[in-house]
Amino acid sequence: MIVVLVEVSPSGEPVEVSREAVTFARSLSAAGGGVPVDVVVVGTPSGALVETMAGYGVRRVHALTGPAFEAFSGAAWASGILTVREQAGAVVVLAAGTPRGGEVMAHVAARAGVPMAANVLSFGGLSPFVVTRQVVGGAVLEEMQLSARPAVFTVAGHAVEAAPAEAPGAAEVVIETPSVADADLVARVVSTEEPEADLSGSLKSARVVVGAGRGAGSADGFEDILELTALLDASLGVSRVVTSLGWRPHHEQVGQTGSRISPDLYIPCGISGAIQHWAGCSSAKHILAINTDPEAPMVTRATHAVIGDLHEVVPAINAEIRRRRG
Amino acid sequence: MSTLVCVKRVVDSSSEVVLTEDGQAVDGRYAGFTMSAHEECAVELAVRIGAATVMTLGDADAVEQLRAALAVGCEAATHVVADAQAFGPADVAREVAAIVRDGGHDLVLLGNDAADTGDFQVGIRLSYELGWPVVNGATLVSVDDGVVTAEVDGPDGHETYRVPLPAVVTVLEGGVAPRYPSVPGRMKAKKVPIEERQPSAAPAGPARVRLLLPPPAPSTVQVLGKGPEAAAAVVDLFEQLGVLAR
Amino acid sequence: MATVPASAKVVVIGAGIVGNSLVHHLARLGWRDIVQLDKGPLPNPGGSTGHASNFIFTVDHSREITDLTLDSVKQYQEMGVFTQSGGFELARTEERMEELRRRMSSARAWGIEAELVSPDFVKEKVPFIETDQFIGAFWTPGVGVVDSLRAGTIMRERAMELDALTVVANVEVTGLDVEGGRIRRVRTDGGDIETEYVVIACGVWSPKIGDMAGVSIPLTPAVHQMISVGPCPQLAEREGEISFPIVRDMDTFCYERQHGADMEVGSYAHRAILHEPEEIPTIEQSKLSPTEMPFTSDDFDPQLEQAYELMPELLGAEGAEMRYAINGLLSLTCDGWPILGESEVQGLWTAAAVWIKEGPGVGRAVAEWMVNGHSEIDVSHSDIARFHPHQKRREHTRLRTTESFIKTYGIIHPAEQYESDRDQRLAPMHESQKKLGAVFFETGGWERPFWYESNAALLDQYGDAVMPREHEWDSRWWSPIINAEHLRMREAAGVIDLSAFEIFDIAGPGALAAVQMTCVAQCDVPVGKVVYTPVLDAAGGFRSDLTVMRLGEDHFRVVTGAAHGPADRQWFARHVPDGTTLTSRTDDVVTIGLWGPRARDILAGLTSDDVTDGGFGFLTCREIQVKGTAVLASRISYVGELGWELYVAADDAAGVWDTLLESGAAHGAVPVGIGVYGTTGRIEKGYRAFGYELDAERSIVEAGMQRPKVKAADFVGRDAYLAQRARLDSGEAPASVLCTLVVDDHTSASGVKRYMLGGEPILRRDGGTLTDGHGHHPYVTTAGSAPSLGKHLLLAYLPPEEAVIGNDLAVSYMEELYPVTVGSVDATPLLDPANERLR
Repeated sequence: MIVVLVEVSPSGEPVEVSREAVTFARSLSAAGGGVPVDVVVVGTPSGALVETMAGYGVRRVHALTGPAFEAFSGAAWASGILTVREQAGAVVVLAAGTPRGGEVMAHVAARAGVPMAANVLSFGGLSPFVVTRQVVGGAVLEEMQLSARPAVFTVAGHAVEAAPAEAPGAAEVVIETPSVADADLVARVVSTEEPEADLSGSLKSARVVVGAGRGAGSADGFEDILELTALLDASLGVSRVVTSLGWRPHHEQVGQTGSRISPDLYIPCGISGAIQHWAGCSSAKHILAINTDPEAPMVTRATHAVIGDLHEVVPAINAEIRRRRG
Repeated sequence: MSTLVCVKRVVDSSSEVVLTEDGQAVDGRYAGFTMSAHEECAVELAVRIGAATVMTLGDADAVEQLRAALAVGCEAATHVVADAQAFGPADVAREVAAIVRDGGHDLVLLGNDAADTGDFQVGIRLSYELGWPVVNGATLVSVDDGVVTAEVDGPDGHETYRVPLPAVVTVLEGGVAPRYPSVPGRMKAKKVPIEERQPSAAPAGPARVRLLLPPPAPSTVQVLGKGPEAAAAVVDLFEQLGVLAR
Repeated sequence: MATVPASAKVVVIGAGIVGNSLVHHLARLGWRDIVQLDKGPLPNPGGSTGHASNFIFTVDHSREITDLTLDSVKQYQEMGVFTQSGGFELARTEERMEELRRRMSSARAWGIEAELVSPDFVKEKVPFIETDQFIGAFWTPGVGVVDSLRAGTIMRERAMELDALTVVANVEVTGLDVEGGRIRRVRTDGGDIETEYVVIACGVWSPKIGDMAGVSIPLTPAVHQMISVGPCPQLAEREGEISFPIVRDMDTFCYERQHGADMEVGSYAHRAILHEPEEIPTIEQSKLSPTEMPFTSDDFDPQLEQAYELMPELLGAEGAEMRYAINGLLSLTCDGWPILGESEVQGLWTAAAVWIKEGPGVGRAVAEWMVNGHSEIDVSHSDIARFHPHQKRREHTRLRTTESFIKTYGIIHPAEQYESDRDQRLAPMHESQKKLGAVFFETGGWERPFWYESNAALLDQYGDAVMPREHEWDSRWWSPIINAEHLRMREAAGVIDLSAFEIFDIAGPGALAAVQMTCVAQCDVPVGKVVYTPVLDAAGGFRSDLTVMRLGEDHFRVVTGAAHGPADRQWFARHVPDGTTLTSRTDDVVTIGLWGPRARDILAGLTSDDVTDGGFGFLTCREIQVKGTAVLASRISYVGELGWELYVAADDAAGVWDTLLESGAAHGAVPVGIGVYGTTGRIEKGYRAFGYELDAERSIVEAGMQRPKVKAADFVGRDAYLAQRARLDSGEAPASVLCTLVVDDHTSASGVKRYMLGGEPILRRDGGTLTDGHGHHPYVTTAGSAPSLGKHLLLAYLPPEEAVIGNDLAVSYMEELYPVTVGSVDATPLLDPANERLR
């Protein structure tokens, strides 16, 4: 059996990356002769969730409930998942490669005394079980062997496309109320504030993001870029070097260690497109790169590009926008 | 109280990644070495909390990262001299635990994940080694009266943990701006003796089979033009994508 | 941005300060159809220009470098990218103060405003400096910083405004095609370009590009560490990029240069960190740029401490952090000079190993050289043709630059010898010389005995006549034995190893025409004649001076010095037509000099050939048998004595050497070193030397070397030379006159007698400055003992009105004035003016 931790959105739906993880689990199941795929959710599942999981071919939906699961604790969640795993004799435990998924799987692996693979893209052989995962922000792939059972891993975002199963599953809801040791509840969330509508928040949800990198030249080099940002009612996102140099604040940083954005249009200006940055912007639907170097990774990976110095190109674009608006 | 902060010497990945000739490691000859951004923030938080010792597990060159942490305010350093490539996350956690037991630290800060191996586990495995609680992915950490307050940007909002010492916290970049070393700081760092240790046990090793570089994605870029003359084509694109509405 | 054109007149590879300056000057001089390539983006393609600290100190001990720097400053100023800041060079030790006094000499010689100042003077301009860390400073108010990237853009734009230039960035050169010894094509990843000329101006990558055409450009990428500390409140409160003078802390090999609110600290104190051109990362692979390598902080730590001691309040200011630190790559060469000029592949030029401070000047000089065949500023020290084969090896460059890196801010004695990679070329009699206690100096890889310790016994014999020097600096790399050998040669005879001579034979139907075209003197002489001749460039400046022997109707042998030998050989080779050959004989023919009043007696005892004056006249050569060995004897002298240069097959040389010493001993002959041959012997005779008195800026007329007639046959520089003579005949004074000066009193203020070594300024007795017709201030081109006269002599070009025998002037040495008197105002020697000793 395969157990998948499914994360639930505030509206009660399984989040997309978790559906991807279930899809991944199903392909693993198929390769392994059709072992069942169960999922674990925390809290009582909504009807919509159960319906979706059925569509994804899930056999059972194990719901961890009770006071121990009211506030998040990685150790408590892992304890609950391992209880399910032991009952059902699962050989694989996995989750989406979100911060929470990774955290809980690390707890699972540590408690079970087995290795864990983070950000898995695909699997090779089953015996031995070899997975390929992203390291160095996706710039490098690593093949890793997971010999112990359960095999514990997280699935990298967009490793597979979330897709319902050809044949729906039963998605039988099993309410679980495992006992959780007090020690596993010491580190738990004591309060949660609603996300503030701060600048980084708007960056993550912005429809248009204008990006700026080293090409800005200095802390004073952002004037035209900020004007373009205003003209497009967009958010400003910058590369790591810009925040490192102190030209702009950290909350504007897009990248592996900054915000991950998914706008309709991203306009990186003078950003070469290092891995660190690409990891944060690769989900943009359209990318218009403005760069002097036509060979820059950001240019070659973009959907559109203008070759030139941002200090010449951006003012011309601003002028053109103003002209069309009269 | 005393804080231990753990750092790892990794190849700076802000440029194109190059593998070593044997393909088993990332090569830092062009880009150089650093500690990850998460760890830089962990160091900064540790320095703010005070009485910070920095540790690393790595070869002789990893002293550079210890000195970097000393230069921004860590007060002592411990170096487990070993080939980091041969150590898996559980091995590293065991070595950190050994230092914690010997050093009497009561708070351990680590980066959320290493910039190279990205295992996301050492902090959590360490917590089980020590039997201590662990908070993962904190951007801010403070200690008051024996209680650690850690703040995490969780999926449902801004989460707060309050955990009594001793505890483990892994840190994500973003809550604090790591400082650069000052000249006096760097000079002071040079003079701090570094405690060298041997690994407490032979490593079981990572479960790595091999590293490989992903094939480059084919470029489908449409070049709209060169220089300022491209402005009209750009604004046409804006109109087409419907992002020009005011 | 353009695409790669299919053809061009010239392709300039590189868009750093040198390439940009070159395209501008080529366009200004009228060339069109110029294509400039760079593999990086503009305006900063990622080479050394992009991370340069961009400051310019104008005083260098070398006139060539100073001229290029001053010309560059002028160009930067004209472009509006120069900001004057002034600059200090600090001395922490008395030894360094002495070096700063020597720097004052250079400043005066080159006419640059400078002053020795106290720590308090420095503190007034740099308030955050600790005055207890140093004892004095050299202040150059004209020091400044430039925007080299902006300058590059301006220069490219100027060439484009003339419709002369196509710039293609982001294009990588993948090959150079050479056909029939000429460059034909540049291959790039953006297409091939057919071209007449190529200039490799791509800094640290130049060797890699040169290799594509089989041309060695022997430079190595080397690390210069730099950090930036800031923001410093003391700097932030002032507007602009720079408002405090730049400080070079000479004894710690560091500099502190304000850049806005930050202080940049650079170091040349660390170990030499060298890279291979092929190992420089691509733009994508590098974190910052290909030439900004990861900082290795351990190497910098000692300098950090010293910088902090000097400026603790600034560098330790609250909030001042080390935000930027690089191991920046720059180019170093085995001898410290740039690499300029046309390679052995025709049409393939180089302009590499150039610093920001020389970039525009080099661009102009190389452009002039390409367009006109010569440049206004003499860049012969930097000629790529200077390299001997061993110098083209990467290992040699690596070893020499490893040795010299730490001397970037070092105190270098003018005669200082390298220690690494020696013994490259040894004379056949080297072992014998070692037994004689030879002290070897290196020229062109050759180990040349400068003097022989075996002659130390002569010191007692000659006593004070050897003119001993009491000051350590004056006597470093020197020995009174040189002067003892000199006296013995003039008294009896000396045997001198001249193996290092560059020798090449020109043979074939075009041989006469080739030497006639390259030499000023008449070479259409009877077989067996020896001709001493200047070699000029088209503007009438010196390219060389050398001797030519006519060995047959169609066979000439050219003999020249080792230092400039390869360049001379390349120059002659360019004038040798098809069907005529130029063959190097340097390695298979060894020259031994035998001179002195007893030379004839010695030689006569070893040969049955007629060596009497009647039978073997001055300036003739012929083969004789010396104890059964065939020797080409040439009766000529560079030391002003009767005697011969003996050209011996290399295999026979050791035997002939021993024979001469053995047989000579009975006549009082001793082995004599290059100290005599190169300096004392010639200076007494007023003989000029290329690279010292003779350079491209000076003419035959100024050097006082004109003969009564000019040959009818055409030669390079003839028109210019005729015009110089015509002006002289019309009564116009030359711009300067080469004179011999006698030092009248050596006593310094401390009572120690001091001896000038060359390069010192000549002033009026009262210290007033002199200016010649070029606008230059006179300086000593050669200084040396004249033991036979008991005087220390100086050669210098003086303004014509000062070139009067008996004129009282002064020489400034270590900031003290010493009286001198003009002794000779033309080539007339002070010793034996009638040349009777040569008979």
